Amino acid sequence: MGELSRIWRESDHRYRLVAHECGNCKRIFFPPRDVCPICHRDSIGKMREVELSGKGTISSFTVVHDSPRAFKRQRPYVLALIDLDEGPTITAQIVDTPLDQIEIGKRVHSVFRRIHEDGPGGIIQYGYKFAVDLS
Amino acid sequence: MVTLNDVYIIGAGETKFGELWDKSLRELAVEAGLKAVEDAGVYTKDIDILYGSNTLGAGISYQNDIGSLISDFSGIAADHIPALRVEASTASGAAAIREAYLSIRSGEYNVAMIGGVEKLTDIYGSEILDKTSTLLDSEWEAFFGATPAAVAALTARKYMKDFNVSKEVLARISVNDHENASKNPDAQFRNRISVETALNSLPVAEPLNIMDCSPIGDGAAALLLASEEFVKKNKIDGVRIIASSIAQDFLALHSRESIYRLDSTVIAARKALEKAGIRNDQIGMVELHNSYSIYGLIALEDLGFAEKGKAKDLVEADIKLDGRIPVNPSGGLKAKGNPFGATGVGQAVEAYLQFKNRAGERQIKGLEYAMLHNMGGSGSTSIVHILGGA
Ligand SMILES: [Zn+2]
Repeated sequence: MGELSRIWRESDHRYRLVAHECGNCKRIFFPPRDVCPICHRDSIGKMREVELSGKGTISSFTVVHDSPRAFKRQRPYVLALIDLDEGPTITAQIVDTPLDQIEIGKRVHSVFRRIHEDGPGGIIQYGYKFAVDLS
Repeated sequence: MVTLNDVYIIGAGETKFGELWDKSLRELAVEAGLKAVEDAGVYTKDIDILYGSNTLGAGISYQNDIGSLISDFSGIAADHIPALRVEASTASGAAAIREAYLSIRSGEYNVAMIGGVEKLTDIYGSEILDKTSTLLDSEWEAFFGATPAAVAALTARKYMKDFNVSKEVLARISVNDHENASKNPDAQFRNRISVETALNSLPVAEPLNIMDCSPIGDGAAALLLASEEFVKKNKIDGVRIIASSIAQDFLALHSRESIYRLDSTVIAARKALEKAGIRNDQIGMVELHNSYSIYGLIALEDLGFAEKGKAKDLVEADIKLDGRIPVNPSGGLKAKGNPFGATGVGQAVEAYLQFKNRAGERQIKGLEYAMLHNMGGSGSTSIVHILGGA
């Protein structure tokens, strides 16, 4: 149950890319934060939920060969830092894209995918991944 | 005006670092601790407090309360000497040194013992990555498949592109570590490697290869620190800790202002130099936290030895043992090894040996100041110590 409640707690943010906007400085934070690291106490009680567009740009990426057990079947996989259009940078996988199309500066959009499975017959976890906008 | 006490390292000891299958967490800690006690020439009755440092003991050896564990099996439990574990990710070792330093500097204690220990080889294969990935943000990095190496690779790819740095430059950080470790009997790897070997090694998280990554290994390192009063009374020739600084940053790389500037390191180094009252160019050796080669390179910049993007100019000559700023004379995290809780303590053991002219073949001559840089994870914590001076 502990594991399930942990997943449920973050699922809205992971399923719909729900961020927090600081009511004081209007900066947007993802992952969501209860306190703005710029405004500190002036932001208390003023963090509002906002849904992100899921559009962004690759700022860096790596091809991961050596992985934790839950990701073994996906190896090798591409992990990236994505600069989202609304401001935050996030860590996520890039899928559905030929390797030679993955470069720093490429535009991406979010897709909803299975993230990993906690062991054989374990809980399957879902969330965002990204794909390069292919023209 | 409150007077603060000067603090000295008066003894040091360490186990060999490596895959030490036949030794347990507690045996390693005790071995290093006894060596340090013997080296310092102190007795149990002299020790006021013990700081243990460890990173993943609970996850790997199913053991918490490592302060008590070390105290118990070092045979000092019946003396009821306080014992705590200090944890700051992979900077736990330096964090323990800093806590011990503060406890003496404040005047509360005269002698503090530090025991850093890590046992990483009790689990196998990719299970170790389940554990080391807990050092990242588990909900927003590791959940999506990030590993410590992958996060370092994200920094490396962008840095290499923005500053036109080749993989060969990264490899030279590891080559230098192996060269120095060949002269250190406590090192995990004592083989020299070539740039070609490093470049042709297996990919871990591209662009990083296995030779860009510090190894999984076990080990322990211990120190005894003492006040000026204790040192004078007992006529001990110690090595002074002239500055200790710590700074923090966001836990996850994606939240930081820059992905290739370690702001916690920049701030800790600047504060340490200010406290020591010396300039960066007076430093005669640096032990830096190259858990991945890229961190070694950018730490050189963030500690102030080169401008951003310019560390590549140092890797061919300056960082060598006989260079302008010898880097990781011990063999560093890549080749001496990186048993997390022991790593930062081991860096201080190396500096102590260097100051005492006990570093054998890797001895640096005329050393005046040494800088130690221990970092948590991808830069969430940085701790800088400066040793030396008269
Ligand atoms: Zn704000």
